[in-house]
Amino acid sequence: MTYNDKVVRQFVVMTVIWGIVGMLVGVIIAAQLWLPVLNFDIPWLTYSRLRPLHTNAVIFAFGGSALIGTSFYVVQRTCHVRLFAGGLASFVFWGWQLVILAAAISLPLGWTQGKEYAELEWPIDILITVVWVAYAVVFFGTIIKRRVSHIYVANWFYAAFIITIALLHIVNNLSLPVTMTKSYEVYTGAVDAMVQWWYGHNAVGFFLTAGFLAMMYYFVPKQAEGPVYSYRLSIVHFWALIAIYMWAGPHHLHYTALPDWVQSLGMVFSLILLAPSWGGMINGVMTLSGHWHKLRTDPVLKFMIVALSFYGMSTFEGPMMSIKTVNALSHYTDWTIGHVHSGALGWVAMMTIGSLYSLTPRLMGKKVMYSVKAVDAHFWIATIGIVLYIASMWIAGVMQGLMWRAFNEDGTLTYTFIETIAATKPYYVIRLLGGTLFLAGMFIMAWNTFKTLAQSKAPEFKAAEPAIWGEHA
Amino acid sequence: MLEFFDSNLVRGVVLILMILAFAGIWAWAWSRNRKEVFHQASMLPLEEDDGQVPQIDSKEERSKE
Repeated sequence: MTYNDKVVRQFVVMTVIWGIVGMLVGVIIAAQLWLPVLNFDIPWLTYSRLRPLHTNAVIFAFGGSALIGTSFYVVQRTCHVRLFAGGLASFVFWGWQLVILAAAISLPLGWTQGKEYAELEWPIDILITVVWVAYAVVFFGTIIKRRVSHIYVANWFYAAFIITIALLHIVNNLSLPVTMTKSYEVYTGAVDAMVQWWYGHNAVGFFLTAGFLAMMYYFVPKQAEGPVYSYRLSIVHFWALIAIYMWAGPHHLHYTALPDWVQSLGMVFSLILLAPSWGGMINGVMTLSGHWHKLRTDPVLKFMIVALSFYGMSTFEGPMMSIKTVNALSHYTDWTIGHVHSGALGWVAMMTIGSLYSLTPRLMGKKVMYSVKAVDAHFWIATIGIVLYIASMWIAGVMQGLMWRAFNEDGTLTYTFIETIAATKPYYVIRLLGGTLFLAGMFIMAWNTFKTLAQSKAPEFKAAEPAIWGEHA
Repeated sequence: MLEFFDSNLVRGVVLILMILAFAGIWAWAWSRNRKEVFHQASMLPLEEDDGQVPQIDSKEERSKE
């Protein structure tokens, strides 16, 4: 029996390509915020249409391809068995690419449900559902036929990600189609808003957190060449995280028509969420204890440790911003954008890049990428890019929040809105620079990935022998 | 009979059951007879496709399973 690595290689390549596409669109809209003329008065290139294209591309195309690809690798290696239903796994790959292509066409055309991170219209939503069910069949089918008695913790996180995204996607996209390109949500008013942010925040919790924690629990120990710091902590981490995340969504709707008690509930659960988040972060960081010296020579580990650091920072910042009085300052400002990118670039992208730099050479029977120096260069360019991006958005956001709430003696507003935009402009330039650096790093990665995969023909690996220990021994 | 099924009572009971379940998971994860299984499990990511596992099994490098 051999492992099915073809589908993993396909997802690895597309992760890098979609990363470049999604981040390029991000750089374009960052430039438009600085110079609005850059939309050239072409409707397809307006900020309002490209922004959802950017978020969908980086989350679902880049992040999604990375998650599905690594999950197919990890579930085979930790279950010592070939992927269940190879044909269906190929369908998952091509189906997911078709979803992305449909998004790339329909969003610039302006076909949208108008729900953040759930913009895609109903025919694409149905395609996503079909592909996702196929993905679940492949993943859980592999778990069922596993030849290792215990299910490794990374698979638990991948499983929670797969099940929860199915639930979120279906519930939030329930709508009444009018034409092929237009539908209306079944929910109305405050209920619609609550369902949307129950979806939105759990997309953060289960797509952008649980899935990437799965990556962390496999690739950090692998790259550090030592087991996870505490396996039993990883179990408590899992159950605490998935139980608490579900309730944090209302913090996106502070001071809105949502009932006040729901807002407070969301705030309290967001604060509690700090505990499992930091439990997991500490578990990842401490995995390097005894291996810290490897950071001097291994840039892949640097990606991972910086990812964990940003995970710790943004999961501290998030609960803080969910406090209603803090949110009164931060909400609707660029602070939120800074926070999101601290998570998205710092945690999600850095963990993805680190994991792929660990995974890609192993797909070729090697331990390191074609050029380790290029990995190191990528690390520094990306890290500097993130710091520029986040620091500029923090400053811009706090400034905007303070300017918006400044009053004169007679109760009139001190600043007009356009004055706050003019004051933000320099920070938009710095953000554009940071984003451009991060994108530049992805081009280095694309070259290095191509060189690594093109060195020789990809080998086939024999599946490891069954491993039965514990209660079945 | 009907007033016994107060929804707030149900909520309270469910909350207590959830807390007990969480404490149960914690106790199970830390129980001594799981130690060896968790150690074996924690070694799974270290296996390479050539069948080699990095030599790390000195005392201080063992996962605190």
